This record gives sequence, C-alpha cells and structure tokens, in this order.
Amino acid sequence: MANKNTTSSKLRAALNTLIFPIISIIIAMFIAVFFVMWAEGENFFTATVTLFQAIWEGSFGTSFSIIETLVFVTPLLFTGLANAVAFKTGLFNIGVEGQFIMGIFAAAAVGLIPGIPAFIHVPLVLISGMLIGALWAAIPGFLKAKVGTNEVINTIMMNFIAMFFVNYMIMGPLNAPGKATTPLIQDSAKLWRFLGETNRVNVGLFIGLLLVALVYILLWKTTIGYELRAVGLNPHAAEYGGISIKKNIILAMAISGAIAGLGGAVHVAGIQYQAIQLFGFTGFGFDGIAVALLGKSHPVGVLLSAILFGALNSSSLNLQLANIPKDIVYLIQAIIIIFVAADYIYKWIGEKRKKEAMING
Amino acid sequence: MANGSIPVVVALLAATFRLATPLIFAALGGVISERSGVVNIGLEGIMIVGAFFAVYGSSLTGNPWVGLLFAVVSGALVAAIHAVLSIHLKADQTVSGVAINLFAGALTSFLIFKLFGRQGQTDGVAALPYPTETMAKIPVIGPFLAELNWFVFMAIILVFVVHYVLYYTPLGLRIRAVGEHPKAADTLGINVYKIRYLCVIMSGVFAGLGGATLSIGVMNLFREGMVSGRGFIALAAMIFGNWKPFGATAASFLFAFAQAFEILAQKFGWALPTEAYLAFPYILTMLALAGFVGKTTPPAADGVPYNKGER
Repeated sequence: MANKNTTSSKLRAALNTLIFPIISIIIAMFIAVFFVMWAEGENFFTATVTLFQAIWEGSFGTSFSIIETLVFVTPLLFTGLANAVAFKTGLFNIGVEGQFIMGIFAAAAVGLIPGIPAFIHVPLVLISGMLIGALWAAIPGFLKAKVGTNEVINTIMMNFIAMFFVNYMIMGPLNAPGKATTPLIQDSAKLWRFLGETNRVNVGLFIGLLLVALVYILLWKTTIGYELRAVGLNPHAAEYGGISIKKNIILAMAISGAIAGLGGAVHVAGIQYQAIQLFGFTGFGFDGIAVALLGKSHPVGVLLSAILFGALNSSSLNLQLANIPKDIVYLIQAIIIIFVAADYIYKWIGEKRKKEAMING
Repeated sequence: MANGSIPVVVALLAATFRLATPLIFAALGGVISERSGVVNIGLEGIMIVGAFFAVYGSSLTGNPWVGLLFAVVSGALVAAIHAVLSIHLKADQTVSGVAINLFAGALTSFLIFKLFGRQGQTDGVAALPYPTETMAKIPVIGPFLAELNWFVFMAIILVFVVHYVLYYTPLGLRIRAVGEHPKAADTLGINVYKIRYLCVIMSGVFAGLGGATLSIGVMNLFREGMVSGRGFIALAAMIFGNWKPFGATAASFLFAFAQAFEILAQKFGWALPTEAYLAFPYILTMLALAGFVGKTTPPAADGVPYNKGER
C-alpha cells in the first residue's frame, strides 16, 4: 500500500510540475493567434486554424518535415542541457551562445586536418569542441568565483568576443578563398547521416539524447552533481557542509560550456560541414535558455521543450509560405518564457486557494 | 562621419561623445532601477524596442520628435512588463529581463515585417535634425559641436537631473531607502511597490531614449541587431560606476572611447584586423568589471523581491 501511495504522489508531483509549463505554452499560443489575426487581418477562428495548421505541417506534417524538426531539435538539446546544468548550480550562463560558436570554430578547424581515420577524427573533432567550450565558459566562472564579477554580463561580453574571434578566423587564417566560410571539413570528420546524405539528421541527435541521460545521472546520481545542486539550492548551507562554492561554480560553468561546445562541434560535423561567417548570433544558445527554463532545468524537461522549440523553429519556413511572418515563432517562445518567469502567479493562486480553504473549512 | 577636414583628436572626441550617449541613457536607467532594488537586464531589449518605435513614430508622422515620444512611451511600456513580473509576481529578475530581451527582438522583427513590409531593417525616415552648419560657426569648439547630435546634450543634462533627484530630493531619498532596506522604508510609510514601479518604468524611458539615439540620432532607420549588446555594456558601466549617475557616465565614456578607437586606428593605418577593434569594448568591459567589482557595492536589496507582510 505504502508503495502505491508514493508512486501516486510522485505522479501527482510530476503532473504539478508539468501543468504550469503547459499552461504557459497555451497562453503564449493564444497571444500568438492575436498577432496572426493582426498580421493577416483574419478573424480569431481562421487565424487559429492557419497558425496551428502551418506549425503542424511545418514540423510534423510530412516525413521530410519530421526529419528537419529533428535537425532543429539536436542543437537545442545541447544548449538546453548546458543552460540547465548552470541553472541547477544557481548560475546564469547566457554565454552558451558564445561557447556554441567556439565549438563551431574548433570543429571546423580540427575537421580540416587531412589523413586521420574517421574513428579517431570524429572523436577528436567533438572533444576539441568540448574543450574549447569548457575553457570559454570557465573564464567567466573563474571571474565569478575568484573576483566576484557577475557571470551574466561577462558571458554576454564573451558571446560578442567569440563571434568576432570566429569571424576573424573564418575570414582570415581559415578562409576558403573567395567565400565567407571555411573550407569543407574532411569526410573522416563528418557525423553519419543515417537516413542518407540528403537528409540532414545525423548521429548528433543520438549524442544529444545520450547526453540527456548522462546529465541526469551526473546531477542526481553522483557526488559531483549533488554538490552542484547543493550550491545552487543554498550556497551558504553547502559551504557549511564542506562543499566549496568556488570550485563548483567553475566546475558547473566548465561542464555547461563543454556541453555547449560539443553542440557547436556536432552542428559542424553533422549539418554545416564548415564554419560560416556570422552576421549575428546563431540563436541556438539563446533558445537554449528558453528550453532550459521551460524544462525547469530537468534533463527530461529539456528534452520535451527542445522538441517543442525545435518543431516551432523548423516550422518557420512553412509559416512564411502561409504568409505568416516567421518571427511569430520567436514571439511564441519569448512569451512562453515571460509566463514561465511569472510562475509566482500559480503559487499565488495556490496560496489563495489554501487560505480560502482554511477560512471556509 | 570623420571627414578629412577635421583633426583626428576632434573626430575621436566627438565620436566618443556620440557613442557614449546611448550608453549613458541606458546606464542612467539602470542606476534608477537598481537603486530602487530591481535588477534590469532587460535594458537591452527596451533599447531595441525604443529604437524601433522612434523610427516608426517618425515614419508615421514625418516628425522625428514624435518618434522620440514613441520611443519613450514604448520603452516605458516594455519596462512596465518587467516591473509587473519582478515586483508583483516576484519573478527571478534575471529570467524576466532575459524574457524581455527575447521578446523585444522577436516583436521588432515581427513589426518590421508588419509595418514596413520588409525584413531585417526599416525604411529610412526623418532623423532628428541637427544644425550642423550653425554649430560649426561657433568659435573654437564649433568643429566639435558640429559632429554631435541633440541626444548628446539631452544625455548630459539628464545625468545632472538624475544626480540631483537621487541625492537632493525627498523622492531620491525614498528611492535609495527602498533599494537599501525596503522593510524599514515600508515601516516609515513609503510605498515600496509604488517607488519600484516608478523607477523601473523610468528606466524604460531612459533606455528607450538610448534606443532612439541609435535609430534616429546617428542613423535614420532601424536595423535588427543595431543595439548589439549596448544595453549590457551600459549595465557594466553602471556597476563600474558604482551605481551612481556620474560614475556610470564616466564609465560610459570609457567604453565609448574603446569603440571610437577604430577611428584612430584607421587614421594611422594600424594593421590589426577589424574584428579586434570590434571586440575591444567588450574585452575592456570584462577587464573593468574584473578590476573594480568588490570595490563597488550594489544597493543592499538589489534584485530581492519585496514581500509585504513577510517577516
């Protein structure tokens, strides 16, 4: 009996954590419908149908669109997990974008080296992405731990520095003559596209899924993860219990950066095969913040919200075909996060109910 | 801007003033908001919205001063979202700010499409007129003044205004009290929520002006990505300047100088890649923060939601 009770209470807890993100998504979609009504001059009903039809067809409607959705989900898994690890330690790593970009650079550079067999070259590319991402994130981590500077501002600054550095490398030392890109990487550095060359989905997706499990194990089944979470929950209590705040801040940033850098490397080795000059940010890192927030920084939550955001992103082309500005997708994402940030509403409603129950009961 | 006829020093100085202006506006906004105890990472997004609506207002009416009004109002409205989220709904202020930034980017690119029927940038509109010719005729400092715009003067006046309000008026005392010790302020009958709402919305007005500087002050259109982190640099300037109007202004000038540096480099033909100059202000921001944080102190209740009635 006792056992049954705990499973049912666990189920209820899981439902409770799920219900608020779902409400946020529904409200955001609802607001998006109004934007579509305004953009298209349609009534509420037609706008709803147009929007949802376009999103559905663009993301899961055909086998091609499902494959493209998976392509969009892959980088979000990495950047979402990277943000989640930082959030769990009480840090805000807005620099996932920059670490992702550095991962792109590392993979595009290492991938150029000729004459290495694939079974060495591919891991080499991925590890180089991880290392440079970890290093790029450890710098603001170090500054936060040792000097006390705000990691939010430093990681944002390092996003810009990463972008300019990588652009310099692409247009300078690594430039493919006459193009705003690096040369294509060697075949031995490419990730396997398991549905054929024309379908861009690749084993990077499985690396991302594996990482979902690994991050879960790291955070909840290892001492390292316990310490990271302890620092995130209450740094002073953690320190009192003998856990070093400083060490864990740097460690959390390095792990977060490694995941982000790996994401960048997978993006090059699986999708782009080269680094392309950036005229702005890739956006994957920023979307990762939203993915982690919506997923409540839990790996499974990250997986689910990465699928949602990946689907939204991959449907943007279809939206344009339906004459809906593709920015509606980003509006939906931003509004979701506004409502996720406002989760106090739900707590407030809950407390009010409790109070009323006390008065009435 | 720098043509051959003016000396390098004047060009550099004028460019520093021009580039400092948006930073000063946003940094002042940050000072006001954080002095009342609300962290406003959303300054970047508010600048984006302000920049866009300045152009929209100008294009609607053909009058750039109306554009300025649009920038101020739209900045205040977006800041109001942040205010509701972080004051009444007790959201994590960093998360709320990030949400504002994402929202601003998405909203403006949607509006470019909807209102201008284009992508990436708006049409050119009437920019804020500035009497370059008359200014140039002023003896001695004429060539320097000719290189500026009205926003530069506005920013500098506002620095003094904000300083005066914060330190020499009852309102300023209340703002600082709310940011340092909201409970004590509440006990004395100060409405903590009201002061915080006022300050966050004012920070939106300032950041909106900062955005307008970029779109109708130095250019005549809005382009996606034109704010490019200036809101965040302004935040760094605020920290660097110890949450004080004059300090934040001085720091803004320093960062602006780092941006203006490219002019010098071009003049002397130094052989560094462009990207190095582009990255320089961001690197300098990090170095300045690393060197000065710990020596500066944020308001004691900065970033902490106030819960009335909680012990």
